[in-house]
Amino acid sequence: MMKIEAIIQPSRFESVKDALREIGIEGMTVTEVRGHGRQKGHTEVYRGREYTVDLLPKIKLEMVLPDALVNRAVDTILKTAKTGKIGDGKIFLSRVEEAIRIRNEERGENAL
Amino acid sequence: MMASLAAPETAKTVSEKLAQLDKDVKAAQSSADNAWMLVSAALVLMMTGPGLALFYGGLVRRKNTLAIMMQSFALMALITVMWALVGYSLCFGGDGHFIGNFEHAFLRGVGADPNPDYAGTIPQLTFMVYQLMFAIITPALITGATAERMKFSGTVLFLTLWFLVVYAPLAHMVWGKGGLLNASLGGKFPTLDFAGGTVVHISSGVSALVCALYLGKRTGYPKQPMPPHSLVLSFIGACLLWVGWFGFNAGSALASNSLASSAFVATHFGAAAAALSWSAAEWIKNGRASALGAISGAVAGLVAITPAAGFVGPMPALAIGILAGAVCYWMVTKVKALFGYDDALDAFGVHGAGGTIGALLTGVFAQQVINPIFGAGKPVGGLDGHWGQVGNQLAGVLVAWIFALVGTLVLLKIVDLLTGIRVPEEHEIEGLDITQHGEEAYNLES
Repeated sequence: MMKIEAIIQPSRFESVKDALREIGIEGMTVTEVRGHGRQKGHTEVYRGREYTVDLLPKIKLEMVLPDALVNRAVDTILKTAKTGKIGDGKIFLSRVEEAIRIRNEERGENAL
Repeated sequence: MMASLAAPETAKTVSEKLAQLDKDVKAAQSSADNAWMLVSAALVLMMTGPGLALFYGGLVRRKNTLAIMMQSFALMALITVMWALVGYSLCFGGDGHFIGNFEHAFLRGVGADPNPDYAGTIPQLTFMVYQLMFAIITPALITGATAERMKFSGTVLFLTLWFLVVYAPLAHMVWGKGGLLNASLGGKFPTLDFAGGTVVHISSGVSALVCALYLGKRTGYPKQPMPPHSLVLSFIGACLLWVGWFGFNAGSALASNSLASSAFVATHFGAAAAALSWSAAEWIKNGRASALGAISGAVAGLVAITPAAGFVGPMPALAIGILAGAVCYWMVTKVKALFGYDDALDAFGVHGAGGTIGALLTGVFAQQVINPIFGAGKPVGGLDGHWGQVGNQLAGVLVAWIFALVGTLVLLKIVDLLTGIRVPEEHEIEGLDITQHGEEAYNLES
C-alpha cells in the first residue's frame, strides 16, 4: 500500500478528480491548503499599501492505494494537473504499513 | 337696506375664511417638511448603524470586527442619552458665542412647537432628534483612527467627553444662534457650513489624527500586512453611507423645499465625481481601479460636498468631488506613509482632509442664486464676487482645527489617567473582539 499526497492548483482539481475516478479510484481526502514552493506570490494594494501574498491557495489530495494502482494514479495526476507553469505542485509517495476499516475492522488492502 | 346689513357680515366671513386658509396652508407645509425631516433623521442614523459600522467593520482584521462595530453602536445609545440630558441644550440653547446653555436641559421646552431660530415649520422635537443623529456619527468617525488597539472603556469615556467638550461648542459656534462662526444668526466670522464640514468632518478628522499619534502605531505596523478582512462589508457600508448622506445634506435644508433638492443633487454629483477621480488616480498609479478605491473616493466626495451642499450648483459640485477624490487619495497613500502615523482606517485622510478642502472650496463656489444667506442680491462665495468669504472659511477651518487638536489632546491625557487608553500588546494580538467583548465575529464552524 502506498499513500499519495498531491498538492495541485485549485483550477486543476475538478479535472484531476474526474480522471482519477475514471481509472477506478474510489476514495480520496481533499483539503484546501495554502503554501508555496518556487512560485512567487502576487501583490495586493489597499489604499496605497502593497502586500505581497506569498502563501497561495492550493488543493491537497490524499489517497492510500494498493501497489498495483499507484503508477497509474501518479500518471493520471501528472497528466491532468500539469499546466507547465511554476506552481503546478508536487506529488509525494510514502509506504503505508496498515489500513483498518473502522466499520468492520477489515485490514490491509481489503480495507482500502 | 338689505345690502348694507349684509356687507359687514360678508367681510367678516371672508376674513375668517382667509385666516382659516392661512392656517391650513401652514399646517400643510409643516406636514410636508416634517415628513421629510423625520425621514432624513432616520437616514442619518442609518449612516452610523449599519453604514459606518459596516464600512469600518470590513476594513479591520477579522479579530477586531465586532469591536469596531460595537463602538459605533455604543455611541448610538450613549450620545442619545447625553443629548437628552444636556447635549441638545449645549449645542442649540441660548445665544452665546462659544457654547449653548442649559435652557433645554432634559429637553425642557422641546415639544410640538417649532423653534423659529432654527426651523420654523417643523416641531422642535423633529429638529432636536435630527441634530442628534449628527452628534452620533461625528465621534463614531474617530474610531477609524483608533481601530484595532484602543480599549473599549477608554473609547467610551473619551468619546463621551469629546462630545461634550469638542462637538457641542463647535456645533454651537457654527450652527447655534449668536455662535462665533454662524453665518445666518449673527456670527463674527460667518462660516458657511451647510451640513457639517467643520462641525462633523474637520472636528472628527483632526481629532482622529491626534488620537492616532497619541495611541501610537498598531503592533507590527507597517511591516506586518493588515489587509481589510472583508471589502464586501465595506462596500455595503459605503453604499449605505451614500444613501444616508441625502438625509445628512439635503435634510440640512431643514425643510422639504427647493434648497433640499439642490443639496440632494450636489451631494450625489460630488460623490460620483470623487469616486471617479480616486479611481483614475489609482488606475494611473497602479494600473488598476480597485473596489476599495472607488468606495473610498465616494466617501471623500461626500465629505467634501457636505459644507457646500446647500450653496453650490451641480457643476461646482462635480469640481469639488474631483478635487476631493484626488487629494484624499494622495493623503492616504502618500502623506500618511511620509509621516508614518497609523491612522488605521484613514479617518483623518478622508474626513480631516476632505472636510478641509470642502470648507475652503465652499468659500470659492457658494452662490447667492442657490442660497442667498447674506440677504437678497448679496454675493456669497468668491466666484460670486465675494472673495472675502474664503477668508471667513479659513477662519472657521482654523478654529475647528485648533479646537479639535487641543480638546482631543487634553481629553486623551485625562482618559489615559482614568481608564488607560491602549490595550496590552497580547490583547492586541489576540484581537479586541475576544479581549474587550468576549465574543467572535465569525464562528463559522459552530
